Amino acid sequence: MSQYFHSIRIDPDKCKGRMKCMRACPTQAIRVRSGKATIIEERCIDCGECINVCPSGAIVPLTDPFGELTKFRQTVAIPSPALYAQFGREILPGKILAGLKKLGFDDAFDLAFTCGEVSFAIQEYLREYKGPKPLISNVCPTIVRLIQVKYPDLIDLIIPIDTPREIAAKDIKHKKSKQYGLPEKEIGAFYITPCPVKMISIRQPAEKGKSYIDGALSIADVYGPLLSAMESVEKESFRKALESICILGIGWAMVGGICRTLRLKNSLAVSGLTEIIKVFDDIERGKLRDIDFVEAYSCAQGCVGGSLTVENIYNSYNKILKLIETLEFEKIKACPDIRQVRKLYADKYFFLEGKIEPRPLTPLDKDLGKAIQKRKEKEEIYESLPKIDCGACGSPNCLTFAEDVVMGKAQLADCLLKTAERMKRHET
Amino acid sequence: MREENGLFQKFEIAGGDFSRAGSVSTKIKEILKEIGIEPSIIRRAAIVAYEAEMNVVMYARKGEFSLYLTPHSIRMKIKDEGSGIPDIELAMQEGYSTATDEMREMGFGAGMGLPNIKKNADELAISSEVGKGTALDVIIRLNQAGKE
Repeated sequence: MSQYFHSIRIDPDKCKGRMKCMRACPTQAIRVRSGKATIIEERCIDCGECINVCPSGAIVPLTDPFGELTKFRQTVAIPSPALYAQFGREILPGKILAGLKKLGFDDAFDLAFTCGEVSFAIQEYLREYKGPKPLISNVCPTIVRLIQVKYPDLIDLIIPIDTPREIAAKDIKHKKSKQYGLPEKEIGAFYITPCPVKMISIRQPAEKGKSYIDGALSIADVYGPLLSAMESVEKESFRKALESICILGIGWAMVGGICRTLRLKNSLAVSGLTEIIKVFDDIERGKLRDIDFVEAYSCAQGCVGGSLTVENIYNSYNKILKLIETLEFEKIKACPDIRQVRKLYADKYFFLEGKIEPRPLTPLDKDLGKAIQKRKEKEEIYESLPKIDCGACGSPNCLTFAEDVVMGKAQLADCLLKTAERMKRHET
Repeated sequence: MREENGLFQKFEIAGGDFSRAGSVSTKIKEILKEIGIEPSIIRRAAIVAYEAEMNVVMYARKGEFSLYLTPHSIRMKIKDEGSGIPDIELAMQEGYSTATDEMREMGFGAGMGLPNIKKNADELAISSEVGKGTALDVIIRLNQAGKE
């Protein structure tokens, strides 16, 4: 039994050991041994980069099938606002939610509304916050994992406001259970997800024992059936449909959406892991102390860029952006009541239920002296390697290979170039 | 100090090379993480390393950054060939800076470099000669992490 749950599985029968995943992995969590890729669980942050590059379709994201719905007496779909970006411009959230109900959910909930509430809660928190800066958003579970694993010293900068999907699911379960006189466990809350990583925040939340969400269906799985279901949805006037959209919440689908709709002056919006790592390095050096808030998403362009989405990510980014611009232009502000939010905020309604703990990688050795010796050895081995990061040994680069050798997980002879060099010397 | 039992690594820093500035402190941080140094100490060491590296980038032609790591302490020696510091006491004051407007525009030179190093170090020795260069010797103790 492994310690960490992951939303990514490698199917060894399909894996042809082509190493694309190993090279794409931003945390060097993949090794290819005896022709098959394996994941080092403690290093994996579930970003899904490997899924996107595997030429053999051997890496499978783990989401729930439709059949899960039958396990509950009442079901509610909670789509990520990224779902709203998957269809043409004239298809607005109201129609999409109605379509979900036709698909078999008893109800469909507009998460953008909760996102709006949480935006206000973030604003409140930023206003009274006096500690070290910048604060970092926690909506992307990959970012939370990245900080736990590679930037444990930044953990206190993660904003302690819970994610909209958790807050919404908690609220829905409570209300529906009252409404139908059913226990909360009979109410199934299903997130419609743009990426597999949300599965880990459901199965193994970073800060608490159990998520309020019961399962996650992938946007890619829902897309086809939803498209046909929406055909029979009654038409609503465009203007009326616009008026029900929460401008503060819709922006959560794309990077920069929170900062823009809250008009945060001193904030950064970053997407894509390579970029995020640069920003986190700068935060660690104390270089971004003057920034209040960093909105960070592991996928390019934010949640619309998730690996389980269907539409071209720039197109869907643009759809959300244009929608925000239209709402701004038309001065439509269908948003939560800020006084109500402030009351809930004062009651601690929005706060995370637990503390996010660091999950630093196992050091080279538990004993500091031995760890230092091993780091020395690693450096010496690395210096003797060709440093071209060819990956043929099955480790992603020469530096990780050196570490694998020191840790006894690989052998120096696995380096093809070194072995070739030795053979040449033998010949002469 | 029994440095021979520890890890010793030397890095070159190029003065004026702002695009690569910060790479040495990133490497040092990685090393400390792999060894399993406590996060709060890593953070202090990273800030010291970064500020010292930036001082070389901003005010020197070139510099040498040496890291000595034993189970008892992290020692960082930074030696540069550069303009030197005429008045060390003054340079230690928060907000005192000789940075050019260009440097400030890039977000550097807020006069927090040396004060920041001092704040995060357990021991700090500075020697400098105007026109020749500056040498910093910083020690961060690992007493806590060294205990079993």
